[in-house]
Amino acid sequence: MSKRFLSGNEAFAEGIRLAKPDVISAYPITPQTIVVERLSEMVEDGSLKSEFIHVESEHSALSCAIGASASGARAFTATSSQGLLYMAECLYYASGGRFPIVMMNADRSTALPWNIYGDQRDSLSQLDSGWIQVYAENAQEALDLALMSWRIAEDSRVSTPVMVNLDGFVLTHTYETVEIPEQAQADRFLPPYVTGNRIDFDNPKNMAFSAGPDTNFVFKYKAHAGMLAAKDVVAETEDAFAEIFGRQYSGLLDSYRTEDADYILVTLGSIAGLCRETADRLREQGIRAGVVRIRYMRPFPNAEIAAALQNAKAFGVLEKDVSFGNEGTVYTNVNSALQKAGVRIPGYNFIGGLGGRNISAGDIAQMFADIQDGTEHVNFIGIGGDGNGESNG
Amino acid sequence: MRPYIREQKTFSAAEIPEATAFEAGYLVSVNSGWRSIRPVIDTGRCVGCEQCYLYCPDGVIAIQNGKAVIDYDFCKGCGICAKICRLGAIRTEAEHK
Amino acid sequence: MANQTAEKLSRDEYFYGHKACAGCGGALAVRAALKVLGQNAVSVLPAGCMSAVGFNFPQLCFSNNSIISTFAGTASMLTGIEAGLRARGYSDFTAVGFAGDGGTADIGIQALSGAIDRNDNIIYICYDNEAYMNTGIQKSGLTPFGARTTTTPAGANIHGNLRPKKNMFEIAAAHDIPYAATASVGYLADFIKKVEKAAQIKGTKYIHVIAPCPTGWGIATDETVEIAKEVVDCGLWYLAEYENGTFTLNHKPKDFTSVEAYLKKQGRFKHLDLDDIKTVIESRDKKWAFIEKNFTYQ
Repeated sequence: MSKRFLSGNEAFAEGIRLAKPDVISAYPITPQTIVVERLSEMVEDGSLKSEFIHVESEHSALSCAIGASASGARAFTATSSQGLLYMAECLYYASGGRFPIVMMNADRSTALPWNIYGDQRDSLSQLDSGWIQVYAENAQEALDLALMSWRIAEDSRVSTPVMVNLDGFVLTHTYETVEIPEQAQADRFLPPYVTGNRIDFDNPKNMAFSAGPDTNFVFKYKAHAGMLAAKDVVAETEDAFAEIFGRQYSGLLDSYRTEDADYILVTLGSIAGLCRETADRLREQGIRAGVVRIRYMRPFPNAEIAAALQNAKAFGVLEKDVSFGNEGTVYTNVNSALQKAGVRIPGYNFIGGLGGRNISAGDIAQMFADIQDGTEHVNFIGIGGDGNGESNG
Repeated sequence: MRPYIREQKTFSAAEIPEATAFEAGYLVSVNSGWRSIRPVIDTGRCVGCEQCYLYCPDGVIAIQNGKAVIDYDFCKGCGICAKICRLGAIRTEAEHK
Repeated sequence: MANQTAEKLSRDEYFYGHKACAGCGGALAVRAALKVLGQNAVSVLPAGCMSAVGFNFPQLCFSNNSIISTFAGTASMLTGIEAGLRARGYSDFTAVGFAGDGGTADIGIQALSGAIDRNDNIIYICYDNEAYMNTGIQKSGLTPFGARTTTTPAGANIHGNLRPKKNMFEIAAAHDIPYAATASVGYLADFIKKVEKAAQIKGTKYIHVIAPCPTGWGIATDETVEIAKEVVDCGLWYLAEYENGTFTLNHKPKDFTSVEAYLKKQGRFKHLDLDDIKTVIESRDKKWAFIEKNFTYQ
């Protein structure tokens, strides 16, 4: 094990080197580009033995990865924002075909207006594409997810692609000290990919076929079941990871001081650290604040969220996303989890960071105050409520 | 060797594969019902030149013992074979259903 | 009696039991090519006629490894398969794509250009039936001038499609591709020879084969082969190759047969008036002047 000072992108690339994908297909897009630059350097210097394919678009990047996966190879690609949207057709193709591709997405705003900075509207718009979606908080977690995501995706109970999301610039370009595991450890953790879902010259296959109304439904049900199976596989994978690498992750979500919290802010990604610091300060003032960081948006931690929030007086959801005409998508999902569990507490949506706008500690303190006092359902930080419906507080 | 009709034609939910990958060349239905005309080989005239075999879009003609033989399970009755035959060894008849 | 072309081919059928329309030129092209390439061909077919008719679970009509790609992704999936299999240690296989005219010249041209640019070791075969036939005969970039399709209706004001075919053969050649060829299912032995040749060449190979669609062209199901021959004989298509920077014409009709006769046999051209036909002939003559000047003839 060595320690290096790396950006989120570079740390992720180190994780991919350890995972040894057979095929990397990549197309540059800010702020993902450094990942594929580093990977191409690793291929050049011989430390990574991958076929590096310079595709001419994101659609081809993922289409190529699907082809590689269909040949039984481990396939990696990375994208962001417009690129993710451009390859959207292939997202559904990969998950429907049960191809366990891993893709890094640098979360970035979507045009129009053009903007290269981080928000999460790109990946959250693709929650229904059938990919496991995980959101990293820091560079170390990014590297570790680069390894863990393969093991989860390739598990025969899951056979589902994984999208690892890093907040654009805030995480992709920020340098931290990162522990880099030894290759031998990585090899012990991540066995070679073995599958029957591949081209086979001894037993030829017809693949990625059509299925009519009678059987199509069953294929879709099985894809759903595979994604749900990932809940257990994530836990098993993290335990195995802890055993080898000594870092234990917390499953589908990461709860901070929620056990006795009256007011809980739910969020995802790199902003969670500032939320926790704010909660600590509020606790010094006697306000029992807590934070839930959702790590996996798919499969969605319904029960875990309900358990974390059930004893709180009120909650908020802070997200860098809005579904125009409704509310933030994370908020919708969290409310559904609480409804199903019969947890009836007021909740408020805080939408911030769109197009990379800064979210300050003061903003977060204000959110906790609003959660405590009640506010509109949907609030745009620094602008105000959307006026669409009264507070339920 | 060619794809052929299999015993199992329907699949329960449990039997449907997890992924969209399945045995190549697995057939469950024939195409004979498509025909309005039926090509018939005149074995007296056929010299086994294989032009009909080459040009059949469905690949249903084989040469056996020097003569063309048609797999009527999969012949759609397009008539290309009758037209391509230089010797007039394939005639077409109305298909009686 | 030995048939020299048939002798060279696998006796196995790799595309069988499919639901293509009777007399389908595309099905003939796919069948013939796979009989050349054999069991170790890995076929990629985008959304389109041949995938729609060949892959309806559990009716799966390819006996070799075959997969449907996205409509735009024939070439990019070929790239991934070729790289993936090579990375896994396989060398004795051929990654071959079969895409229609729309899948090649329109939605798939970007991925195809990328694959040629990378010189990926694949064979890309465009079976050109000159319109989006799977969706019901809509104009593509390879629909010829004057053709009536369901999106280029022939009326008093507009006589069908106003634009000529995009020249995919020369577009492929312009990438300095190792091998490109044109073919027609009406000259099947020539097509088969070109697939054989492509299989021996390393790098990207592009073969553009005219494959009539009785349904979309308005011809009888038994006329597929002769109309595919006639389009070459009347000079509206040509059999050629591009290799080592040189264009070669493979077949030179002594005298062109009648363009008008070719057009008038087909429902899609029935409406063309004498001026339209004159335009078609002028465009043919211009093309052949270019061929005479720039192609060698063997």
